[in-house]
Amino acid sequence: MQPLLETASLETLRMVGWSTLIAILGGLPLGVFLVLTDRGGLLQNAAVNKVVGQVVNIGRSMPFIILMVALMPLTRSITGTTIGVEAAIVPLAIGAIPFFARLVETSVREVDHGLVEAVQSMGGNTWAVVRKVLVPESLPSLISGATTTVVALIGYSAMAGAVGGGGLGNIAITYGYQRFETGLMWVTIAILAVVISVIQFIGDYAARAVSRKGRGATAPKLRLLRNTPAPAAAVEPTKAA
Amino acid sequence: MHSLRLALDSDGTPVITTSGLTKVYRSRGREVTALDGVDLQVREGEVFGVIGQSGAGKSSLIRCINLLEKPTSGTVMVDGVDLTALAGRGPRAGKELRQARSRIGMVFQHFNLLSSRTVQSNVEVPLEILGVSGKERSRKALELLDLVGLADKAKNYPSQLSGGQKQRVGIARALAGDPKVLLSDEATSALDPETTRSILELIRDLNRQLGLTVLLITHEMDVVKTICDSAALMERGRIVESGTVAELLATPGSQLADALFPVSGEATEADRTVVDVTFHGEAATQPVISQLSRTYNIDISILGAAMDTVGGRQIGRMRIELPGRYEENVVPIGFLREQGLQVEIAGDAAGAPLLVTEGGAGNPHLVKEGVAK
Repeated sequence: MQPLLETASLETLRMVGWSTLIAILGGLPLGVFLVLTDRGGLLQNAAVNKVVGQVVNIGRSMPFIILMVALMPLTRSITGTTIGVEAAIVPLAIGAIPFFARLVETSVREVDHGLVEAVQSMGGNTWAVVRKVLVPESLPSLISGATTTVVALIGYSAMAGAVGGGGLGNIAITYGYQRFETGLMWVTIAILAVVISVIQFIGDYAARAVSRKGRGATAPKLRLLRNTPAPAAAVEPTKAA
Repeated sequence: MHSLRLALDSDGTPVITTSGLTKVYRSRGREVTALDGVDLQVREGEVFGVIGQSGAGKSSLIRCINLLEKPTSGTVMVDGVDLTALAGRGPRAGKELRQARSRIGMVFQHFNLLSSRTVQSNVEVPLEILGVSGKERSRKALELLDLVGLADKAKNYPSQLSGGQKQRVGIARALAGDPKVLLSDEATSALDPETTRSILELIRDLNRQLGLTVLLITHEMDVVKTICDSAALMERGRIVESGTVAELLATPGSQLADALFPVSGEATEADRTVVDVTFHGEAATQPVISQLSRTYNIDISILGAAMDTVGGRQIGRMRIELPGRYEENVVPIGFLREQGLQVEIAGDAAGAPLLVTEGGAGNPHLVKEGVAK
């Protein structure tokens, strides 16, 4: 029993790990590109923006289980098979790219346009704006987005388990659902809950760490570690007038 | 169309020249003209202030000068380079334009510092863009921070600084590329009066020490008064007045002069002549009013006066009242003019301060007079 859960947990982590990596590598540029090509963006191009945006929307709106089936030919051509962990990584990654791209888009859009202007006024090109302003300034928010993506991928990976992708989802379905081993199902649920909590914790901590430099407004709130400092302004006597 | 006149009026090499600069924003079928044929000349080493209310087009103007906004028509020359020609047709800035921009410093109302970088690292951004090596970047950044008086804050983050300190970092950053020209977009508008003064002093010092030409836009008359050698008034996308402060004061009916040195006061009785007298240069130190009183044996009442030091020179305006109608006072007024004073009869000039009319014909005769001084 224990080796079974251990293997399954590692499979889930492998699936989620690789697909997250690919989703970030694909989603980050895609999200930035959506902002740049949008109206008022540095590479403003309504047609391209519309087409890419539409593709992202289709990717986002497709139920994952259908995407997985639809992508089977592609999966086969990449991994040589449509079952197993490697095969699950392909649809997971492709499903998560548009998901993360939209989160990136929202984060990057929040960056003050004045900062973009500042770098332009120094003679910076679009690449300099992306590298020196858009990404670093939205980093805390991007990390939060990546955390959300990982958590969503863990959910998707369970679905991958349903079609033989392996992992904790697979255990829960084959043992818990098909063989009525409710106990084992609860254990997998517990493991998933712990994994998700840990990931959320790490993500929040990382986001907080990079925003500690005082971004304030865009920094995500970490309730767990929040030591409530007495607001200095409120202490001052306000009745001077 | 006005460029010829402006060219004749100016002495000194122009560093920034715009001619016929027009910017029209189009959105959803509506057109908004932000700049309507702006001709501007900023001479080398001067501090030039463009003042106007919000919506007058100041922001568009300063953004068109380094082509952050692409003008609809007209040209911008900075330090002998036609930036509008470098811009090309596309929406993106080509390499040449970007190189030209790196030699134009710009400071912003809201500082626009990168919050994820330290103060020193912020100053290094333009140097990174210029491809300066790490060691040299660090040396230069520390030197600049020392220049703006923030050497001890190099390792701090912008969020740990006060507004005035942030703007000093912004200025240090703007100077990193050794610019000849500094553009200041309402640099002091987000600061309190005390801090404003210290930032303006800094800009003044840099202007003198480095020979930096400064073009600033502001809606605060005090800024113009404190540091500007020349000023222009913008209204509805047009420059309606422009010239050195002395030239403006010497221009009858100048709104800028009125705003810089407001004088008011009504005639106490019907049979009086109200005269606005403007002093500058030599005349400001002469006891002209008492001479007038003694020479013609008339009683003079002072209705209002404003005196100040502009660019290190004493300048003032005074509204005085002479007994009798204008016809009776022709000789004393002539005396004042002989003393080298700018004299306006409040009845005709100040009574109807040349409100800016639209259209070319009504464009006020700006810097035509006063140039000789």
